[in-house]
Formats: sequence, C-alpha cells, structure tokens
Amino acid sequence: MLGSFVNLAYLLGATSFVWGLRQLSTPDTARKGNLLAAFGMGIAIIATLLLPMTGAANNYAWIIGGMLVGGIIGFFAAKKVQMTAMPQMVSIFNGLGGACAVVLAMTELVHYYDGTAQMSGGQLFIVLTTLLIGAIAFTGSMLAFAKLQGLVWDSQVTLPKHHIVNYILLAATIALTAYVYMGGVALGMTMAIALMVLSLVYGFSFVAPIGGADMPVVISLLNSFTGLSAAAAGLIYDNNIMLVGGILVGAAGVILTVLMCEAMNRSLFNVLIGGFGGGAAAAKGVDGDQVAKTVTINDAAIQLFYSQSVMIVPGYGLAVAQAQKLVKELDDLLSNNGVDVKYAIHPVAGRMPGHMNVLLAEADVPYPKLLDLEDANEKIPNTDMVVIIGANDVVNPAALDEPSSPIYGMPVLNVWEAKHVIVMKRSMSPGYAGIQNQLFFHEKNKMLFGDAKASLQKLVSEIKTL
Amino acid sequence: MESILQFIDSNLIMIYLLVFTIILGFEVISKVPTVLHTPLMSGANAISGVVIIGAIILIRNAAPDDLLTLSLGTLGVILGMINVVGGYAVTDRMLEMFKKKKKS
Repeated sequence: MLGSFVNLAYLLGATSFVWGLRQLSTPDTARKGNLLAAFGMGIAIIATLLLPMTGAANNYAWIIGGMLVGGIIGFFAAKKVQMTAMPQMVSIFNGLGGACAVVLAMTELVHYYDGTAQMSGGQLFIVLTTLLIGAIAFTGSMLAFAKLQGLVWDSQVTLPKHHIVNYILLAATIALTAYVYMGGVALGMTMAIALMVLSLVYGFSFVAPIGGADMPVVISLLNSFTGLSAAAAGLIYDNNIMLVGGILVGAAGVILTVLMCEAMNRSLFNVLIGGFGGGAAAAKGVDGDQVAKTVTINDAAIQLFYSQSVMIVPGYGLAVAQAQKLVKELDDLLSNNGVDVKYAIHPVAGRMPGHMNVLLAEADVPYPKLLDLEDANEKIPNTDMVVIIGANDVVNPAALDEPSSPIYGMPVLNVWEAKHVIVMKRSMSPGYAGIQNQLFFHEKNKMLFGDAKASLQKLVSEIKTL
Repeated sequence: MESILQFIDSNLIMIYLLVFTIILGFEVISKVPTVLHTPLMSGANAISGVVIIGAIILIRNAAPDDLLTLSLGTLGVILGMINVVGGYAVTDRMLEMFKKKKKS
C-alpha cells in the first residue's frame, strides 16, 4: 500500500523534473519551473524516507542530521553569494553532487570487498561507472571554480602537450577500471582506492588546459556528468527517479553545452582541447607606433548628454567593479534628457551566457532595453555613441578580419560601425582571451582609462552639472 | 553476444525508459534563449542532486552499528543536500531578478 504511494510519488517527482525543465527554458515561466523542479525533489526525498524496506534499521537521526547540515550550508551559500560569483557557486554545487556519487560508490565497494554484500558483474560495472564519472565531475568542477574565482591561472596547471597527457590519463583510467572489474572481489580495496584517485586526477587534468573564458561550457558539461553519475547510482539502488532525473540532466546538459558553444561559434572539441589565447595569439600584438586616443571625463559627459542614441556594451569588467547600479544611474540621467539608451548584450558577455542579463536586472534595468547580438548589430550603424564598459573580446574586430586570431569566427558586436565609440577600461591590457584589440586604435574610438566604477561615478557627477 | 542480447530482452522496459528519457532531455530544452542559459544550467544542476536519494537509501539499509557506512552515507546526504538546496536557491535568486523588470 505505502509502496504504491511511494511509486506514484516518484512518478510525480519525475514529471515535475521534466515539466520544470521545460518551464525553465521560457522567460515567463522560468521561476515557476524552478520551484516545480524543487517541489519534485522534495516529493522524491520524502518518498524515499517513507519507502518500505524490509528489515531496514532506517537510522533516521543520521539522515535528518545530514539533511539539516547540508540544507543549511547550501541555503546560506546560495543566499550570500555575490551575483558576479554565481557561475563559481554553480560549479561548486555541481562538484559536491559528483562527490556524493563518489561517496556512494566507494561505500558500495567497501561492502563488496569485505564480503558483506554480493555484486554481479553488471552491478560492479555500474558502481565503477558511478565512481569514475562522479570523480571527474567533482575535481573538474572544483578546478573550474578555482579558475573562475581567479585562484588558479591556466598557465599554473597546464603542462606542455597537456592534451597528450590527458589522453594517456584517460587511457590509464579506463584500463584500471577494466582491471578492477576483471579482478573481481579478490582484488581488494586498495585497487578501488587507486581507481578513485586516478579518476580524481583525471577530472582535474581534463579541465586544466581549458581556458578560463570557457569555464561556463565546462561547467555545463560537468553538470551533465553529475547527472549521468546520479543515473548510474540509480541503477545501483534500482531507483527510477534517480535514473530519470540523472539521465534527463545528462541529456539536457549536453544540449545546453552545445548551445553555449554555438553562441561562441566554436565546436565543443575546440573548447576541450583548450589553449585559447596561447601561442599564435601572442604574436599578433600591438605594432609599436600605434597610439590610442583618450578622452576626458568632461568631453565624454558632454558627448553622451547631447547624443540622440547611446548604446552601452557591458562586459565582465563592469560586473567585477560592481558598477551595474551606476550604469543604471547614467542611463536614467541620459534618458531624462531624451537620449535613447540601449544595452547590447553579447551572448558570452560576463562569464556565462545570460550572466550579464542577470546583473543588469539586479540594477533594475528594464528588460526591453537589453538587445541581443543581432538586434544590437542592426542598430549600431544608427547609434551616435557606443560606450564599452569592461568588455573587450566581444567587440574585437579581429574576430571578423584576422583569420589567425583565436577568436576568429566568433560573432562580435560591430561597434566600430557606430558614429563614436568610447572604451572604458582599466588599461591597455588584452582581454580574457589574451589578445590585443585593434578597436582601441580605431579612428572612431577614444579610451577612458580607469576603474569602471570610478569612471562611471565621475561621468555621472559630471553629467549632473551640465 | 548471447549474453548482451539476453540482457536487452530481460531489461526491455528499462531500455525504453533510458532512450525516451534521453530524447525527452534533448527535446525539452532544445529552444532556450541565451538569457536563460545560466539559470537553466543552475536548475539542471539542482536536479542532478537527485543522487542524494541513493545516500538516503544507503543509510536506511545500514546496520545501526555500522559506523563506517553511516558516516559515509551521512557525508553523502550532506553533499547531496548542499547541491539540491543550494542549486534551487541560487537559481531562484537569479530568476527573481528577471521578474522585477515590469516594475520600473
């Protein structure tokens, strides 16, 4: 009787996952979709607590204790995190999911080797798969976090010929998995631990050569891995909702990864090989005699104030400086003077697709003012002033006319087609992809050096005096 | 070969479930505006925390004096719960900001 209810609850939970994901992919229903998926998870967890098990000791105190501790940590981490640090947070959460799968698989293996549990060949295979994928997702996500947080730089963790190292590690990991599988129960726990360590190392090494700018794509892919490890764990416990939820996330993660790569006009393979911004890119530096023109705050303020139309191109620099509210203030001042202010959002502006929209929404920038790449490029030729705040690679003309550039082929905002361009930037240093930007030397462009927040602050006070 | 075919025969429903879920996963989010990539990834990430179910089952099945399993299982529950609760909460925070747009 109770068993049937649990099964129905699982069905309801799984349906909520599917429907929640569906709603999450449309702006109007996205929030409801997330709540629905959370509801589904709640149902699934409660059902699992009630699931009839013959002869089970239950140990509810341990479970509830763990849920409270984890729930509180997760809740406060999510509430406290800065909007700019969202991508890192998602990466950590994802890594912990992978770690959970590793813990499950290792516990099963302990019982297998000490003889308290029997496993068929198929079951052993599933447990090893869970271990392998979960471990890669765990260390990979943690490194992705460290890279996004700026704790680790690409060059510190990349060996020469790193992709060859990765192939060797992958081959070794698969070989060891096969060995442990073939060896059966006689092999003992030591080899299982060795396999865990090797998988953890591979996860780290897998992410190491991938450029920091590509971390969102990697997180999405690792998210897919966590889903697959959850699905594999679902096979261990013969649990349908783990299987369905895991596979669903696995498949959705792959599609999302591909969509993200498409937004950057790069193939997944190209992203995974890494080396973005290395080697050939460095050769294409600045020619010695090129000088970028600068603009004073005063001139910039006047130009902006008396323009017909202004387009703001926000980048990660804006996000780091926490200056989105100042941008909104600038926008209000200009709009009150009848200037048509729009925002051009490149698909990969910020550190994740959609990240910039979240930041601007936080500053109450009205949604219709945000233009996507195509709309923005259409409007730019009729725009008086383009103001680029902390963005670089997404406005680099090299993507169009420099076949040797690593970002060649990526769609960019054609800001040089506007009448005037102002780049607000800390210095002339190259962008995240590590390449110089010819836009800075363009005849229409003027530089406004300084911290994004400080410059915006000065600009706003200057405009107020006009 | 024989054993593989036998495996397919005896797990037919399971295989149907796998295949259809994969198709469903592909289809359900095939058309997402770029704006929603980050929240969607975050929401999907929360769902992958479903692995916590396994940790709960593990603890429930453990003997009360099997401290190793209980500790590892509890560790699993903690890790999974952070993924689940944190994942949904962070997604909600992101999406909350899209809502405010109508006010201003």
